[in-house]
Amino acid sequence: MLIFSVFKTLTDQQVTVELKNDLSITGVLKSVDQFLNIRLDNIKVLDEARHPHMMAVKNCFIRGSVVRYVQLPAEHVDTQLLEDATRREALTQVKR
Amino acid sequence: MDPSSSGIQEPFDLIRLSLSERVFVKLRGDRQLTGILHAYDGHMNLILSDVEETIMIVDVDDENATAGSKTVNVRPKH
Repeated sequence: MLIFSVFKTLTDQQVTVELKNDLSITGVLKSVDQFLNIRLDNIKVLDEARHPHMMAVKNCFIRGSVVRYVQLPAEHVDTQLLEDATRREALTQVKR
Repeated sequence: MDPSSSGIQEPFDLIRLSLSERVFVKLRGDRQLTGILHAYDGHMNLILSDVEETIMIVDVDDENATAGSKTVNVRPKH
């Protein structure tokens, strides 16, 4: 649930999603769900020459399981907060 | 068996103790990352910063490694 929350705080930010088929898409993160499915608006494919079929696509839904990386805007990520939240979640996992 | 006594009871404890450290991650598909670990979850989704990714590409006649570099936070999924 932690990573899901992180993505929720990053809605309306510009992110780059790299898929497992090596397609990289930059766009505005519109929404995310518990499976880390992602909706992107105003998308731009990084290597358009290699993916001409994507040129007309303006927004998309990405199934969470096909994502390899998401590049986040570093200025909108509080790394200290992340580490504290991760420790807190790890603690609740142990307690159960 | 007090888990807060800084002991390592389960494998994830090792990862927890690596928070804010530079870690080396081996992924599927001959990919490796090094980066500073900031967050993880039970699926081992990771949030890293200052990441360097190395991909092994096997050529037709010889093997050579290419280094790709990601600059910001990268979340690997497996």
